[in-house]
Amino acid sequence: MTQILDRRSATEPAAREAGDVVRRARRAPIRHHRRLVAGLVLAVVAAFAARVLLGDYTVTIPDFFRILGGEQIPGATYIVMESKLPRAVLAVLVGIAFGIGGAIFQTTLRNPLASPDIVGVSLGASAAAVSAVALAGWTGWSVSLAAVGGALAVALAVRSIAGDHGGFRLILAGIGLAAAMQSVIQYVFTRVDEWDVQLVLRWLTGSVNGVAWSTIGVLAAVLAVLLPATAWAARSLRVTELGDDTARGLGVGTGRTDLLMLLGTLLVAVGVAAAGPVAFVAFLAGPIARALNRGRTTLLAAGLVGAVIVLVGDYAGAYAFADLNLPVGVVTGAFGAPFLLWLLARGPLNGHRGRRAA
Amino acid sequence: MTATATDPRTARLEASALTLGYTDTAVVRDLDLQVPHGKVTVIVGANACGKSTLLRGLARLLKPRSGSVLLDGEAIHRMPTKQVARTLGLLPQNPVAPEGVTVVDLVGRGRHPHHGAFGRWTSEDEQAVAEALALTDTLGLADRVVDELSGGQRQRVWIAMALAQGTDLLLLDEPTTYLDVAHQVEMLDLLAELNERRGTTIVMVLHDLNLSARYADHLVALHTGRIVAEGTPREVVTEDVVRTVFGLDNRVIDDPVSHTPLVVPVGRRHQLLQEDR
Repeated sequence: MTQILDRRSATEPAAREAGDVVRRARRAPIRHHRRLVAGLVLAVVAAFAARVLLGDYTVTIPDFFRILGGEQIPGATYIVMESKLPRAVLAVLVGIAFGIGGAIFQTTLRNPLASPDIVGVSLGASAAAVSAVALAGWTGWSVSLAAVGGALAVALAVRSIAGDHGGFRLILAGIGLAAAMQSVIQYVFTRVDEWDVQLVLRWLTGSVNGVAWSTIGVLAAVLAVLLPATAWAARSLRVTELGDDTARGLGVGTGRTDLLMLLGTLLVAVGVAAAGPVAFVAFLAGPIARALNRGRTTLLAAGLVGAVIVLVGDYAGAYAFADLNLPVGVVTGAFGAPFLLWLLARGPLNGHRGRRAA
Repeated sequence: MTATATDPRTARLEASALTLGYTDTAVVRDLDLQVPHGKVTVIVGANACGKSTLLRGLARLLKPRSGSVLLDGEAIHRMPTKQVARTLGLLPQNPVAPEGVTVVDLVGRGRHPHHGAFGRWTSEDEQAVAEALALTDTLGLADRVVDELSGGQRQRVWIAMALAQGTDLLLLDEPTTYLDVAHQVEMLDLLAELNERRGTTIVMVLHDLNLSARYADHLVALHTGRIVAEGTPREVVTEDVVRTVFGLDNRVIDDPVSHTPLVVPVGRRHQLLQEDR
């Protein structure tokens, strides 16, 4: 034993040198993440500007700020203030909510398939919201509350059906419940007298079209509370993502995970209440952000990626096809399905064990 | 790191009339165990004898059905879990590193119990991580991604994480699984070294009886959830105990290298050959 000790102490670098190695090694991933976030913020700003200024009715930047300042420009003011701007603002807000909510699910359940739009949480929120709107005539805050109730009910049901096993059992239970929620939404539409395709699509696949400023205000107010709370609770994610046993060993009980899941459910629910269950945004944002961050978990980047997806999806849905105005959910759904297949083809789905594709 | 081998108490971690189990069946029954302070304790036994369950119970991962686990005289399940984590470290069986996490990041997460509600990374954390990496010879891997390392390297990194936690007690559940024999010996040498240099009390579950006899100061043999024998390897590893615990006919000889008991299994085939002769 003394031999080993001698060998170690002879080759052991000086403590200061070791500290330098640690500091350097710690800095690289943090720096990369900072650059990534800065790049994504720029992408959100660019997509936002394109959504508001370009399209079938182009607005110049000076005109845009004049309109914001309250000036009335015939035609332009109405289009910007009642159509383009609210759509873009809502797209950013729900993109962030779905992106972060989805990444929380995927990370804490250690499975990219366990996103709220696949395990039925988003559709649960939608089913409750559409029932409240179409059958009971609710508006504003009460719709959000109904959505939260629906999302929580589905989340709890999935959890109790899946038990402690997680993994595929949870996914299967979730897919079953998602189908059930979809049929609830369809049932509601058979019970209302007046409905149109846009309304059905909105609650089935999501849309940021034609949403009142007051609804956007409610969403912004709720996010102003939820996002800082999430940022605080997510600090324990660094430890809980190591697995339950290791996390307990490091002094983090399962209560922290439950709290994060609750916040993720709330984020998704309030997003659904405002824009419907915009298909696959929660599912796509996390893995894309993770891939951009060299495989590492990042909720912040997931939120920004979500915002970019919804902005670009809405823009493409509105203008890509000459005489068609597709809701954003149709576009994101069309991109989400191949991504799902790619994820399945890529290999293991029960956890983040799979090596990143080069 | 604060308490050392000079601590007058002989056991800081003990089980008293401890019964542990999952759903209906009790896996560990009415067990008393005192973990000798500053020593290496190894728990051995056949598959499904309750050795991992006992370790999980000692690490507060399983709540006792009855009886209790005491850490410094206090019931561990009633202590704040973060406070326990500053005294007792744990390396579970087959821990999984999140994708893309670097060695230094993973080891740094071992500092979590020392951070407050809005804890910032301090120079003390940095020093603890550097020391843990140096001790486990993983300083050269600091900026590598954990899931791209070899099995032996990865296991050393996990031990570094447990070391960065800076606890006086370290519990390990089969730290040598999936390692070849050379890496198994390397791992156990490392743990023995830690015990000597830092006075860290080590409790581990091991599969290999002969390696256990080599590295244990205190050996605990478990059979159907009860302690069959307990003491130094020489006291515990006898032909009778091995027959009871593993149901295996065997001879015990002297290990020519470490002079600890070495179990040589007989087995049915060789028994028949012997009788023929």
